[in-house]
Amino acid sequence: MTGRQARLLMCPPDHYGIEYEINPWMSRACESHHGKATIQWLQLRQIFEQLGATIELVDPVPGLPDMVFTANAGLVFHDRIVSSRFRHVERQGESAHFESWFTAHGFNVASLATPAPFEGAGDALFCGDILFAGYLHRSDIRAHTKLAHIVGCQVLGLELVDPRFYHLDTCFCPLAPGVALYFPEAFDDYGRRVLQAHIRTLIEVAEEDAVRFGCNAVVIGSDVVFNAGCDHLAEQLSVLGFRAHQADLSEFLKAGGAAKCLTLRLDGEEAAIWKSLAA
Amino acid sequence: MNQSPSPPCRERVRLEGHIIDALILPKVLDLILSDGGRYEILDIEIGRSRHDPSWAEIEVRADNPTTLESILHKLGPHGATSVEAEDADCQVADIEGTFPEGFASTTNLPTQVRVDGSWILVDDQEMDCGIVIGADHKSARCVPMHRVALGDLVVVGRKGVRVLPQSPRKSDAGTFQFMTSEVSSEKPKGVTVRDIAEEFRQTRERGEKILLVGGPAIVHTGAGEHICRLIRGGFVQVLFAGNALATHDIEQALMGTSLGVDLERGYPMHEGHEHHLRAINTIRRAGGIRPAVKQGVIRSGIMYECVQHGVEYLLAGSIRDDGPLPDVMTNCVEAVDRMRAMRVGVGFCLMIATTLHSIATGNILPASIPIACVDINPATVTKLADRGTAQSVGIVTDVEPFLRALIFELLGAETP
Repeated sequence: MTGRQARLLMCPPDHYGIEYEINPWMSRACESHHGKATIQWLQLRQIFEQLGATIELVDPVPGLPDMVFTANAGLVFHDRIVSSRFRHVERQGESAHFESWFTAHGFNVASLATPAPFEGAGDALFCGDILFAGYLHRSDIRAHTKLAHIVGCQVLGLELVDPRFYHLDTCFCPLAPGVALYFPEAFDDYGRRVLQAHIRTLIEVAEEDAVRFGCNAVVIGSDVVFNAGCDHLAEQLSVLGFRAHQADLSEFLKAGGAAKCLTLRLDGEEAAIWKSLAA
Repeated sequence: MNQSPSPPCRERVRLEGHIIDALILPKVLDLILSDGGRYEILDIEIGRSRHDPSWAEIEVRADNPTTLESILHKLGPHGATSVEAEDADCQVADIEGTFPEGFASTTNLPTQVRVDGSWILVDDQEMDCGIVIGADHKSARCVPMHRVALGDLVVVGRKGVRVLPQSPRKSDAGTFQFMTSEVSSEKPKGVTVRDIAEEFRQTRERGEKILLVGGPAIVHTGAGEHICRLIRGGFVQVLFAGNALATHDIEQALMGTSLGVDLERGYPMHEGHEHHLRAINTIRRAGGIRPAVKQGVIRSGIMYECVQHGVEYLLAGSIRDDGPLPDVMTNCVEAVDRMRAMRVGVGFCLMIATTLHSIATGNILPASIPIACVDINPATVTKLADRGTAQSVGIVTDVEPFLRALIFELLGAETP
């Protein structure tokens, strides 16, 4: 697939800020700088546009500072969106706004038939014909079981053992079918074995890049966009034939998010086999 | 010992999904074995194709209910759901101050109880209590045994009760990451002290209270003034202690000694062993600590600063207390109840040099409140964790240098 078809949902950081603490990165004592955050977000958007992506915007809502992290709005599967059910009350208000946007833009919004939390593309990533799904900190493994009924493919649950990497998309990034980045220490031995058994080319990301959220990357064709300062990762990607683009997202790292968290791929991730089959 | 028969130590759980390829089934079975349990796979259906989900029904067995409960709590996050996922069973309390037999006993972790098909979060989370369901069936709270009222609806058995893992908030990594470290006297204290100081600042910024639990060694080691500085600096809002801390603090304020030892020169004073009794007597004659401060009888010290700076304090008595001071609550059950009322709004707890009061406080704090426990005796620090207060970090050191370093981190060299 080329980048021309890529459609990304983003939410301007008008109301973004550290107003509560629901992951180890957040500290209200370490407030984000609104001006800097806005500039970083605009620069990130510009990179996507230069790579040929179409950016769609959902209106930010006062009092919902994390709405900027659209990856957690839901999981895209063809024209369906499996809507999220946030674990923390602080984010639960986002769902109604995202669902209205999805409905207004032609998506069929599906809800999981369970009260178990599920945090969308933050915790569920296709790689080939498998949906890898993180659980423990945010999503509940019971939600993944229900998810399997909707997507009709294998859903392999991966326990996230390091609270710093609380969503799967902070420590795992499918690049193409059968190719993915991962930070091994974020998983237990079972999870590492599952990934090694099912992904042909699995690239280990070093801890210094992982803590800069190098795995929280947006893939558009052969271009990979992630937070600045992950130089070793950039070299690893270049060896694999990918082009790395680094964007300073330090203001968003304060909330435990980076490039991937700030986007939701509306036309399906590059690594999802259903996307290429549909095309 | 209770002579009633033990409940059967077995439970059927169901796992479903892509549990074979995701290695969830082997993980769950390993967890059962590594925690001292046994299992039997009662039924299993493996998906016919790779895309089909599988399911397994497993009977978990253990030698005692505690082990079974512990195993089931660990399996929950991996999707093992009790086959009998039904509402919690409840029984009406038939004798005041007692639970019905088989009552669900709590931990200090967040707990939910299933009532009328909905999971309700239990309020006032505390270990070793029972769960009482509100009359409207919309709320539930932890209740200690002696507070059970006739007619209370008490949860019995483990059905419909689930214990959640502590959600990973700020304190689970980053600033309070040292919580994961084991107790040791061999570790560098500087980093730990800095982290505790940071925890103090953040607690205050969040508008939450800092609770200090202290023993008399604070005064004996000459660290009383450090506590005074913490109070004056606004870093202590609640104090839990016993008769001894207050007595020796007041002894020092009145006579310059602690247990008869001159704190300036470090040697016992003539007839110094009587000083603490004379101090207690003086305060009893004044009608208590507050009147003594008001009358100008006490002009310095920890208790003086507490009164002057509005620090809420609770002095709980013990069987060996001299006097005691009029402020001491000698009924320990009432004292713990008062501590429960005073824990509201506490965001961080520092325990210094007291086994008794530290464990009593650890018992009533939910696992969400981080604790730093400082003691020269490693046994105090480990005992706290061994009794279920797993959110505590231990620092084995003499209290005076610890407090001096903490003050330096928080307030610098200047005296406020």
